[in-house]
Amino acid sequence: MADPLLSVRDLVVEFPTRRGTLRALDRVSFDIMPGEVLGMVGESGAGKSITGAAIIGLIEPPGRIAGGEIRLKGERIDNLRPYALRKIRGKRIGMVFQDPLTSLNPLYTVAQQLIETIRTHIDCSEAEARKRAVALLDRVGIPAAERRIDDYPHHFSGGMRQRVVIALALCAEPELVIADEPTTALDVSVQSQIIEVLKDICAERGAAVMLITHDMGVIAETADRVAVLYAGRMAEVGPVREVITEALHPYTQGLMGSIPTLTQESDRLVQIPGSMPRLNAIPQGCAFNPRCDRAFAPCFTDRPDLLSPEAGRQVACWLHDPAKAQEVPHG
Amino acid sequence: MIAFIIRRLLQSIIVMVAVAAVSFTLFRFVGDPVNSMVGQEASIADRQALRDSLGLNDPILLQFARFMGNAAQGEFGISYRLQMPVTELILQRLPATIELALVSGFLAFVVGLSLGVYTALRRRGVMSNIIMTGSLIGVSLPTFLIGVLLIWVFAVELRWLPSNGRGEVVALGDWWSTGLLTHSGRLALILPAITLGLYQMTLIMRLVRAEMLEVLRTDYIKFARARGLSARAINFGHALKNTLVPVITITGLQLGSIIAFAIITETVFNWPGVGALFINSVRFVDVPVMAAYLMMIALVFVVINLIVDLLYYAVDPRLRVDRAGKAH
Ligand SMILES: Nc1ncnc2c1ncn2[C@@H]1O[C@H](COP(=O)(O)OP(=O)(O)OP(=O)(O)O)[C@@H](O)[C@H]1O
Ligand code: SF4
Ligand SMILES: [Mg+2]
Repeated sequence: MADPLLSVRDLVVEFPTRRGTLRALDRVSFDIMPGEVLGMVGESGAGKSITGAAIIGLIEPPGRIAGGEIRLKGERIDNLRPYALRKIRGKRIGMVFQDPLTSLNPLYTVAQQLIETIRTHIDCSEAEARKRAVALLDRVGIPAAERRIDDYPHHFSGGMRQRVVIALALCAEPELVIADEPTTALDVSVQSQIIEVLKDICAERGAAVMLITHDMGVIAETADRVAVLYAGRMAEVGPVREVITEALHPYTQGLMGSIPTLTQESDRLVQIPGSMPRLNAIPQGCAFNPRCDRAFAPCFTDRPDLLSPEAGRQVACWLHDPAKAQEVPHG
Repeated sequence: MIAFIIRRLLQSIIVMVAVAAVSFTLFRFVGDPVNSMVGQEASIADRQALRDSLGLNDPILLQFARFMGNAAQGEFGISYRLQMPVTELILQRLPATIELALVSGFLAFVVGLSLGVYTALRRRGVMSNIIMTGSLIGVSLPTFLIGVLLIWVFAVELRWLPSNGRGEVVALGDWWSTGLLTHSGRLALILPAITLGLYQMTLIMRLVRAEMLEVLRTDYIKFARARGLSARAINFGHALKNTLVPVITITGLQLGSIIAFAIITETVFNWPGVGALFINSVRFVDVPVMAAYLMMIALVFVVINLIVDLLYYAVDPRLRVDRAGKAH
C-alpha cells in the first residue's frame, strides 16, 4: 500500500476552561491517502471542525494540541513554528469553510484576494497571478470570470462565493483540501454543484479531500472512505460502500439507518435514542455506552481502541475484540 | 453617488435650519439685548427707539427669516460687548482654534490608532495591560484637571513649556495666522494639544482595540490565516482596513467635539481661540456672539459628518450602488 499523504496519530486537543480541561479530541487516529476523498462525519460537537483546525494549525488559543502527532508525507506538522506553518497553510493544505458569506473579506475585490494569496505562495508577477486567478475562477464555474474578478464579494450569490472560496483554497495547488461543511450554508439547489466542482477540481489536480459534513448522502456519493467521530473519539473508519452496507460500530449502524436514500425499507430508519454526551460528562469506558443497546460489561469500564477486524476497516468497539467478544451475553 | 450627496446635503440643511432656530431663540429671548447695549440710565423712549431700529418689534417669523438670511451670508450682527461685527471677531480667532483642534485630532488619531492596534494584537501582554489601565485614567480625568496638571509639571515645575497664549504667530494671507511656523508657537501648542486630545485619544484607542479584536475573530481573518498569508498582511492589511471602517466615522465625529470641547482647554491655557471668545460672551450675555458660535459649531459638525460619510463610502464598497444584474 502507498504511504499516506496525511497521517493523524493519537491526536489530543484540549481547551482549558475555568471548570477544568475539556478534551475536544481524545486520541484520534486516521490516514488520508494521496488523491482520495475522506468523509468525516459525526454529530454536532463531535470534533470534526477541531480536527480540521488542528491539521492546519488553527486551533484558537487557549486551545492546544496536547498529544499525538500529525504528519504530512511523513513530516511532522503539528509542532511547526509560525513561519514554517505558513508554508503549509494554503500551499500544501487548502481550507474551505462553511459560510462563504463571511469567508471573504468584504473590502477587497475577488481579484485582490486571489492575487494576494497566489503571490504569497508562488513567485510570480502580478499579471501572471491575475492570469492564473482568472483561469481558476473560470475552472470553478464563475461565468465571465475575466470581468467578474474585479467585483467585490457582495456582488456574488452564496453559491458563487463558495466557488470563489474554493478557488482561493486551491490557488497554490495544495495536496490536501479540508472542506468543513462547504455546503451547509448554501441553498439546497446549488449544494450538489458545489460538491461536484470541489470533487472534480481536486481529482484533476490529484489533491486529496477531507470532507467534513453531517450529510451521509453527500458522503455516500462523494467519498472514497469515511471516518466517524463520536464525542471526540474515532468510532469507525472504512471504505464508504462497506461502511454503508455493513457498519461495524453500533453508532455508525444507527447513523446509516438515518439516510433515507440508501434504505429502501422504512423499518431500517432507526433513530438512535439519547444524545451525545457533553465533553465534561463523557462516561467511563466507551463514550457511546449510555445509548448503545448492545453494551456489555467491558463497555462500562474500559475504553475500546481502534482495531482492525478486517483489512482496510477499523472500529473502536468491544464487540469486535475477539478476546472481549466471548463475554458478549447471548440471546 | 450624486443622489447620495444630494440626500446628505438636504439632511445637512435641515440640521442647520434647526440649529438656526435654536440660535435665534437664544438670540431673541435670552436676556434683553437692549439692556446689554444701553446703560442703566437710558430712558424708556430711547430703549423703544433702539428696539425699533434693531427690528425687535417685527413679527417673530419675519425676524427669524431675517436672522437666517443674514446667517446664510455669514452676518451675525455686532457684538454687544466689543462693538465689532461678530463674523470678523470669530474669523480672527478661528485659526487658533482650528490649528489646535487639528493638531490634537491628528495626535489623538495617530497615537490612539497605534496603541489600539498594539493592545489588540498583544492582548495578553504586560505592556497592553499597562496601556489599558492608563487609558482608564485618560477617560475619567476631566479635561481642565489634565490641563492644570500638565501646566503644573511642565510649565511651573520643569519650566520646559509655556502655560498660556499661542506664542509668536505668523500671518498667512489676510485671514489666517499660524503658530506652527515659529518655535515659540510650536512650543505653546504642545500642552494644549495634549490636553485637548487626550480624551479623544483614549476613546479612539479603546474603539480601535475593540473593533480590531472583533475583526480578528471573523471568518475572513480565519480564512486568510488558513491561506497562509503573513501575519503582517493579515493584521495590517485585512484586519486593520476592516477596523478602520467604523473607526473613521467615530474619529471624524470626534474632531467636531474636539472643536466644541476646545472651550475648556482654551480657557485653561488662555488660548486666543473661539472657545475663549464664547466663554467671555456668555459671561457678558453677548448674545450675537453666542448665536454665531452655536451656528459655527453646528456647521463644523455637519461638514465633518458629510466628509466622514464620503470617506466611509470610499472605503466600504458595499455602500456603493450595485451595478445592475450583478448579484448572480
Ligand atoms: N474555543 C473552545 N473552547 C472550548 N470548547 C470548544 C472550543 N471550540 C470547540 N470546543 C468544543 O469542542 C467540541 C468539538 O467542536 P467542533 O467545532 O469540532 O464540533 P463539530 O463536530 O465541528 O460540530 P458541528 O457539526 O456543529 O460543526 C465541541 O464540543 C465544542 O464545545
Ligand atoms: S464498545 Fe460497547 S458500548 Fe461501545 S459501541 Fe461497542 S458495544 Fe456499544
Ligand atoms: Mg464544525
